[in-house]
Amino acid sequence: MTFTTPEIAWAPLAPVIIVLGAAAVAILIESFVRSAETRRRVQLGVSVVALLAAAGTAIVQWVGLEGAGTVVLDGMLTVDRQSLAWQVLILVFGTLGTLLFAARTRAGEEAFTPLGSVAPGSTEETLARRKGMQVTEVFPLALFAVGGMMLFTSVTDLIFLFVALEVFSLPLYILVALARRRRFLSHEGALKYFLLGAFSSAILLFGAAFLYGATGSTSYTEIAQGVASASGVDALVLAGAVMVVVGLLFKIGAVPFHSWTPDAYQGAPTPVTAFMAAATKAAATAALLRVVYEAFYGLEWELSWLIWGVSIASMLLGTVVALVQTELKRMLAYSSIAHAGFILVAFAGFPDGALSALPFYLASYGLATLGAFAIITQVREKSEDGTVMGEATRLGQWAGLGKRSPWLAGAMALFLLSFAGIPLTAGFVGKFVAFAAAISEGGWPLVLIAVIASAAAAFFYVRLVVLMFLTDVPEGQEDAVEIDHSPLARAVVVLTAVAVVLLGIVPGPVLDAFENAGVLLLGAAG
Amino acid sequence: MLDLTWLLIAVPLASSFVLLLLGKRANPWGHWLGVAASGTAFVVGLLALIQMLGLDAHDRAHAVHLFSWIPGGELNVDAGLLVDPLSMTFVMLVTFVGTLIHIYSVAYMEHDPNRRIFFAYLNLFVAAMLLLVLADSYLLLFVGWEGVGLASYLLIGFWNQKPEYATAANKAFVVNRIGDIGLIIAMGLMFTYLGGVDFATVFAAAPEASTAQLTAIGLMLLLAATGKSAQFPLQSWLGDAMAGPTPVSALIHAATMVTAGVYLIVRSAPIYEGAPAAQTVVAAIGAFTLILGALIGMAKDDIKKALAASTMSQIGYMMLAAGLGPIGYAFAIFHLVTHGFFKAGMFLGAGSVMHGMHDQVDMRRYGALRTAMVTTWVTFGLGWLAILGVPPFSGFWSKDKIIEAAFVGEGVQPWILGGAALIGAGLTAFYMSRLFFMTFHGKARWTDDQHPHESPALMTVPMIILAVGSAFLGLFLAMGDRFTDWLEPVTGHAEHHEPVLPVPVIMVATLLLVALGVWVAWRKYGAADVPETAPAASLATIAARNDMFQDSVNRGVFERPGTHLTRTLVYADAALVDGAVDKTAHSFARTGESVRKTQNGQVRSYALTMLVGLVIIILVVVQGGL
Repeated sequence: MTFTTPEIAWAPLAPVIIVLGAAAVAILIESFVRSAETRRRVQLGVSVVALLAAAGTAIVQWVGLEGAGTVVLDGMLTVDRQSLAWQVLILVFGTLGTLLFAARTRAGEEAFTPLGSVAPGSTEETLARRKGMQVTEVFPLALFAVGGMMLFTSVTDLIFLFVALEVFSLPLYILVALARRRRFLSHEGALKYFLLGAFSSAILLFGAAFLYGATGSTSYTEIAQGVASASGVDALVLAGAVMVVVGLLFKIGAVPFHSWTPDAYQGAPTPVTAFMAAATKAAATAALLRVVYEAFYGLEWELSWLIWGVSIASMLLGTVVALVQTELKRMLAYSSIAHAGFILVAFAGFPDGALSALPFYLASYGLATLGAFAIITQVREKSEDGTVMGEATRLGQWAGLGKRSPWLAGAMALFLLSFAGIPLTAGFVGKFVAFAAAISEGGWPLVLIAVIASAAAAFFYVRLVVLMFLTDVPEGQEDAVEIDHSPLARAVVVLTAVAVVLLGIVPGPVLDAFENAGVLLLGAAG
Repeated sequence: MLDLTWLLIAVPLASSFVLLLLGKRANPWGHWLGVAASGTAFVVGLLALIQMLGLDAHDRAHAVHLFSWIPGGELNVDAGLLVDPLSMTFVMLVTFVGTLIHIYSVAYMEHDPNRRIFFAYLNLFVAAMLLLVLADSYLLLFVGWEGVGLASYLLIGFWNQKPEYATAANKAFVVNRIGDIGLIIAMGLMFTYLGGVDFATVFAAAPEASTAQLTAIGLMLLLAATGKSAQFPLQSWLGDAMAGPTPVSALIHAATMVTAGVYLIVRSAPIYEGAPAAQTVVAAIGAFTLILGALIGMAKDDIKKALAASTMSQIGYMMLAAGLGPIGYAFAIFHLVTHGFFKAGMFLGAGSVMHGMHDQVDMRRYGALRTAMVTTWVTFGLGWLAILGVPPFSGFWSKDKIIEAAFVGEGVQPWILGGAALIGAGLTAFYMSRLFFMTFHGKARWTDDQHPHESPALMTVPMIILAVGSAFLGLFLAMGDRFTDWLEPVTGHAEHHEPVLPVPVIMVATLLLVALGVWVAWRKYGAADVPETAPAASLATIAARNDMFQDSVNRGVFERPGTHLTRTLVYADAALVDGAVDKTAHSFARTGESVRKTQNGQVRSYALTMLVGLVIIILVVVQGGL
């Protein structure tokens, strides 16, 4: 048996190479730069420069790209406008997330534990904290995750789908476990995320094996041909397709594969939650779009059961359970589950419009999510002797925030209204284009449910707005909450808020760009 | 000037932001900025109106393109304004009455520390309302629709230090969301069947669409209208909305926002043209609500709630007219305009009474105020005569036409609708006279610490202006069919139809019923003594006092199951999810051993959920697919 080395087209891979290369450099920095403070600065600089450079490269490629895109690595990857658009989106989320990673409050404390390897509450931990140690490994870990997600958006082969999935998942499992405060909760969330993630990877791999057994290939195009040429639909193909899709639905956080979300969101350090919530959902949606449109397009009728059922279950469960949450991060976790349902609405009937609507939806959702979590990092509990403690994430603690810090509360209100899909925010346009796409293929009953769910969801978003602006601080609690200023976190809030408003009022240019990105994939979907 | 109509929206909106952003610095002069912004909008509107009047009737519809909002292949929405006689009518009503109410509020809210914020919200409301009526697509209209909802919500809850006021705001919010769903679904249906959501596309495609499609769209639009305009079955929020400061009740919950539903129906005339069934439902809902509101109004002792019930009932008249098709559209809008004047005037009068009576709202503790507050008495009296439909005051010209139009048609329908409108006129006369006599006539039933006095000029001057409008505007606009001709390019030409009864008969019957209503009210509440506490009452009165038990119905149908569901979920969440988390945290502190067990158990159950889900999905997909 001879093995021929595949031709590698390096140029289309440039953005990914920049990010992964920077990650490798960052690992070296970990070993060679001694001072924690210097290391932190250098790591931040390297990460941001690499992410922005990669984004720039991706945009240049996007502009210069003609035709159906480039097939790379013997059909493992396809770099086209659709994948580049998603890559830019993930790079933007990555950059904002990295800024949050580096954000630190006046107390000089960041969100991460000083030393990940020590037991919570041990003397070693106290010692590490006193010595001013920092886990700057979070920066290379985030870079690896971003690189994996970028690959995930361009994958056109089931084997590589699994590889990319693991490349971005493993760093995330570690990041979730690194919270400075409430470390047991953090460990718990990380372990659950890891175990269930491994379980879902196994399901995905199992599905890939089924599909290989049925069609003799792992490549999307050949699977699509196998699906089309089969005289009837094969149970093996169906089971395989369902299992691959389920593996991706886990990452999107759709019911019944959502159970990790609340624990991981709550346990993870908030900057990690912000990055993970925005970027993972985007990457997984991109991969799902591609596998569905390029490999399973012929199974539209059969898979519609799955799409409709999971979408309805996610919207209903996410909305209803979010209504009763009293913990802010858990509430946003359930809201993200509901959003997973809204995302799936756009898949109903595999409409052409989804290819441009979903990138926009994810952009609006991701920006608002990053902004909202960036605000959460700044609202802190204060003990009676005046020390600033962890984040104040009980809903009650946010009462009257609008009077104390109108700008911050106003920005939070903006993000919540965008989640709720109120006009003149990005979220409204996102829902509008996503639902319009579904309606164009006759998915209006699903859209009807989605509209009702989003109307009900508005209630718990607005409840927080009311709490911030219309409720007074409870007696004796005036000093229990402190707003901690961090320039980097502030910058993230401002950037995302401006973006959410701009995308709500003049979404035209961005929609146009994604429109362009959608058309090209359609040729392949045929 | 017509191209500059965007200023109508931009100026109040900018002022609203300035007031909110400048903070306490703007406290000394903020309210005057609010008044100026509203006044500027009125001047811009007036200039545009003058220019429009100079044009030929058929050139009066003017499109203003703002920018491309949501571009894209199959889905293209531009943000643009449509300035035509219908939207212009609303512009004049909103800016003129709005400006007067702004001026009134300067004095009314004088002692409120948050007066600046109040004006910011009022400006926000004016901007959103103008966007609603000027939008050239349903989508942009929806933006304004949500905007007025937001402003209304903020203003109802303005005195949110009282929990029941905040509850009232929440109730209005929830009920309005139900209506909003109707509008969103209607847009979805338009997009599917008619190919767009802008007025031009929709109205051009409507004649081609099937009756069933148009009926579905029409009913969904009606659902939206019932939510915003407090029509049956979504009327329950309006009474509670009176928790807001009185100028808000006058502007938003009487003159303008609550009439947005009528605007929506009239604007969507081409859709209803193709959907007679939906049209009949509109008329029926209007007729039912006008009686329902009148009955509730008869039993209320709270002056603002009685006026709110009356608003509900009067909007019922407008809905009824809007459901009659082209013969009714113009009269629906005509009544909307006159109602805007006399009802806003009466609300301001009620505010003036409350101002002089230490915020007392119970009419059983009023009486004989005509001597203490002469201006209020006279201006309120003109509004009272107008709403009764006494010639030659404004209400006569608009309401009488609606009653006449309701009697047009074939079969049993004109008798039912016309009969309802006729009886409604008599009931209106009774409860409005009851309100008027209980407040201004009879014996004084004031509590000891009350010293009624007339309000300052900043409050009385707007009341006087509105009273003049209540008296003469109807006559002015009705002369020579001015108003119907003005609206004709939008509402279409109405063929003349003969009512099933001769017009003079209807008119005389109406006036007789009105006189009867006034006479009964005078006997019971003017000439006789009114008890200071509400007497024991019949079942019917109790029902009316309780808003016809609509709240209880809502509670039974929506709230109870909802509460139980929520409680179960809270319990499940606390017992299973939180409980597990708490338990984990506790046991971590004690022993590591038990922790691992809890944790393992949980992940296992999570994984089991996933597995069961996967198996079910595979079974369904494979079964369904093969």
